[in-house]
Amino acid sequence: MTSFSDSLQTAFSLILALDPALWAVVVRSLCVSATACTFACLLGFAVGAFWGVHRFRGRGLVIGVLNTLLALPSVVVGLVVYLLLSRSGPMGFLGWLFSFKAMVLAQTILLLPLVTALTRQIVQDAENVHGEQWTSLGAGPGLRAALLAWDERLALLTVAVTAFGRAIAEVGAVMIVGGNIDGFTRVMTTAIALETSKGDLPLALALGGVLLAVVGLLHALLAALRCAAVRWQASLAQPLTARFL
Amino acid sequence: MQSWVNLQQVSVHWRAVHALEKVSLTLSAGERVALIGSNGSGKSTLLRVVHGLIAPTQGRVEYAASLRQAMLFQRPHLLRMSALNNMALGLWLDRQQRLTWAQALKAAWVALARVGLQDVARHNGRTLSGGQLQRLALARAWARQPQLLVLDEPTASLDPYAKREVEALIHSFSQNRPDVGLLFASHNLGQVKRLASRVVYLEQGRLLADLPVAEFFDSERLRAVSPKAQSFVQGELP
Repeated sequence: MTSFSDSLQTAFSLILALDPALWAVVVRSLCVSATACTFACLLGFAVGAFWGVHRFRGRGLVIGVLNTLLALPSVVVGLVVYLLLSRSGPMGFLGWLFSFKAMVLAQTILLLPLVTALTRQIVQDAENVHGEQWTSLGAGPGLRAALLAWDERLALLTVAVTAFGRAIAEVGAVMIVGGNIDGFTRVMTTAIALETSKGDLPLALALGGVLLAVVGLLHALLAALRCAAVRWQASLAQPLTARFL
Repeated sequence: MQSWVNLQQVSVHWRAVHALEKVSLTLSAGERVALIGSNGSGKSTLLRVVHGLIAPTQGRVEYAASLRQAMLFQRPHLLRMSALNNMALGLWLDRQQRLTWAQALKAAWVALARVGLQDVARHNGRTLSGGQLQRLALARAWARQPQLLVLDEPTASLDPYAKREVEALIHSFSQNRPDVGLLFASHNLGQVKRLASRVVYLEQGRLLADLPVAEFFDSERLRAVSPKAQSFVQGELP
């Protein structure tokens, strides 16, 4: 117990002292996960929204596979990306293995099914209720997908935050394709795994605390954004004069 | 009179559910046709078949060349943006008018003013009341200059005041453009008497009566055509 409380105390002091080694790892983690999340959202929102609206032969099978990929283990993604990027692999010529780019690629592949599947479900639900009205007005499947996705933007923001949470908390893929190289590809989760195996519990705990704090902060921002959006919508219903009084 | 839409022996089946069963119906220019019947009788399905949203399982639907039609739904959907932008989007999407966004915005102002909604033009569409929403949707449908306007229980979820406003708008629009055909579903027999020139009665997907409004509300005449329709109108449900 004493060892646990000592570790916690040291962890807090490392965070408060803005330890450069600690913060370098934190910033790298945020950059990798935010970049991967951006790519996955750009692609996943578009594909998911279109599949939510468009009916095509084999759609049920595609959705079944997509939903299965929600349980994709991160180590499997890491392994596949490792094989693709290794010298003898089909993408070996890029020379990305054990780099920032490799970690982003692995996390993007990991997040893509999650973002696509959730977006598809959200937009399909909206399409089932309102789709015929927009069809009646002349919107084709592509435009309907875009309009309904835009209309469900708050729900899609939650999808983006969920995806970011998964990316920043995963360890398997980045460990395999990044190699956990100090000062280069070491991120929070790989550092926690390494420091724990070395017995440096304070640093591992500090990183764990920062990781949770980052995700917590993100959810707080999302909640604030939702509140602001609701307040803004309500204020638009007030007469113009009332809004400035 | 020019025939806008001609349904020949149209059936719509969803597995075991027979939503429409061999319905034949002709809609002509300037006709105001009311569809009545109990819930699940196939009114909404028939409106959607006419509007082209549902393809018939059997039978044929023939449209007059270049027929322009618009549909008003029971609960119109507006996106999370201003009422003005929602209106403009509806007009911009109209393939026949081919408006630019600036032209659509201009037309949207005019259409909103026409139904007395210019004060809420900048309000978020989601904050409009049921009556305002229905007026906006009606103005949007009307601004698309349809030759046939299809309305699915346009006043079903409104309070009596809003109901009267929307009905007055429909009446005023059809008075201004007597050539425009109306096809509407309603449970309100008073509204049917006020708006329709012809009444169609559906039961379990079958068309049991199709009469001019005066004949439809003549008990003897209706009983001779369809005793079931007569029971429905009298409120004598089985």
